[in-house]
Amino acid sequence: MILVFLETREGKIKKSSLEVLSEGARRAGEMNAALAAAAVGPFDQALAAEVFGLGARTLYHLEGPALEKYSSQGFALALAGLAAEVKPKAVWMAASALGRDLAPRLAAKLKAGLASDCTKVAVAGGRLEYTRPIFAGKALMTLALQGDPGLATLRPNVFALGEAKSAQGEVVKKTAAVAEDQVKARVEEIQKEQGAALDVTEAEIIVSGGRGLKAAENFGLLQELAAILPRAAVGASRSAVDSGWIGHQHQVGQTGKTVSPNLYMAFGVSGAIQHLAGMSGSKVIVAVNKDPEAPILKVADFGIVGDLFEVIPPLKDELKKALSD
Amino acid sequence: MNIFVFVKRVPDTESRIRIQDGGRAVAEEGLNFVLSPYDEYAVEEALRLKAAKGGTVTAVALGPDESLVILRKCLAMGADEAVLIKDVGPETYDGLRTAAVLAKYMTAKVPQFDLLLFGKQSVGADNAQVPSMVGELLGLPQVNVVTKLEIEGGAGTALREIEGAREKVVFSLPAVISAQKGLNEPRYETLRGIMAAKKKTIPVVTIAELELSAEETTSRVEILRIEAPSPRLAGKVVTGPAADAARQLVEFLHNDAKVI
Repeated sequence: MILVFLETREGKIKKSSLEVLSEGARRAGEMNAALAAAAVGPFDQALAAEVFGLGARTLYHLEGPALEKYSSQGFALALAGLAAEVKPKAVWMAASALGRDLAPRLAAKLKAGLASDCTKVAVAGGRLEYTRPIFAGKALMTLALQGDPGLATLRPNVFALGEAKSAQGEVVKKTAAVAEDQVKARVEEIQKEQGAALDVTEAEIIVSGGRGLKAAENFGLLQELAAILPRAAVGASRSAVDSGWIGHQHQVGQTGKTVSPNLYMAFGVSGAIQHLAGMSGSKVIVAVNKDPEAPILKVADFGIVGDLFEVIPPLKDELKKALSD
Repeated sequence: MNIFVFVKRVPDTESRIRIQDGGRAVAEEGLNFVLSPYDEYAVEEALRLKAAKGGTVTAVALGPDESLVILRKCLAMGADEAVLIKDVGPETYDGLRTAAVLAKYMTAKVPQFDLLLFGKQSVGADNAQVPSMVGELLGLPQVNVVTKLEIEGGAGTALREIEGAREKVVFSLPAVISAQKGLNEPRYETLRGIMAAKKKTIPVVTIAELELSAEETTSRVEILRIEAPSPRLAGKVVTGPAADAARQLVEFLHNDAKVI
């Protein structure tokens, strides 16, 4: 069995979890294994149809008084209990902020190997092989995990969503034996960042700025572009972040985030090796740079040698036209 | 406060990565090794907490003898003590093996501690596994990817970065914290610090003396191959009037790449 942990936010299953579930369906099919999903804490039963539609036959819903809100300790205890009972071959979750917090805790509890932030999963000789970027994508490692279960987190935006079918499944409710005093770190409050609902790791389009933007206020131009585009977020190079023009949570590269959007648009980003490592997994790369020798132009599918301040205004108009078609 | 900060020696972020051993390992020759960037924030935070609350800061590295260089940097920044847990084997990429060694070191050698600080991930392995795993193995709470930390009495409050938001997490001590960029601005070593660090003795602990089980020291990660990513080829580059370039770009995105 491949068991996929479902992450919910604001009453919905996160897209990244549905991607993991979809990949689970494909690989479980190849291995002739069952696919099951697990939700912990508050979970709307109406969402079960979506889970079954993507190929899970069983949905475990783990509840308990200490599981009302996410905590790594509480959720790891609940999932470890389920894993001990149903003995999956693999436990997967999204490599989201929550998944990256929870999976290692669960792995240590289960004494299991963990492949973090995978971008490819294959079945070879009946076992799972995981491919993951190391050095922020300067190299790719393919590995297998010894022992059952093997744990993996899968990078958001990389695995295709499956086609939802109309299918039946079984919801199995369980009460997890997790006591309040077993949770020693609790989320007291979630502070939303203003105007940035979408993180660069989740965005399908990233509009990124570097030193060529010259000043903090010019990031407003990129925000305007991002607002036109669907599921877009604003990214930045290290030098833009270190200049204090934008928060480090926007930084793309080896000391920022590694991203794989459908489209990465770099404005005034030279393309230092540590930045290229973090965004070379993008499906399509566009670069606008004054310097024809800028390294970013060597990896761009479409490059414009020119002044970004002159290119952005007509670009906005052209994009609006194309999107309204 | 008795603070431990765990550090790792990694190639700097400007490094080009070459692959050797028939695709099983990353070549170390010619690389410039540094203290992993996120670990610098952890060291800095430890030093700031010590300055505010008193206590000691101990830096611990797991790795080869060459890790002494980054431990000396930690001492030069202001850490009181440093310890090397010597591990001569190749990088296993198994976070649980590393965590088992560090957790065993703490239970076997350290009678009392309040806070364990890490970088949110090592730059290179990029696993982001060890802090949470040490937390689990020692039965301690964790807060990862922390951009703000406050300790008061036997408890703490941390801001942790998640997608598009920050979580405010309250926790009891002892605890495991992993540092994210933005937590602080790491200091440079002073000349006096560097001189003093040279004179300090760094004790070396072997993995054998920690008496771990075979299960704990065996890697669960079987490295099948390490490859260079497929190179990206430069595409079309246009110059000329901005309006024309913008139009051509959108045509490309709409008709050829079909991403818009």
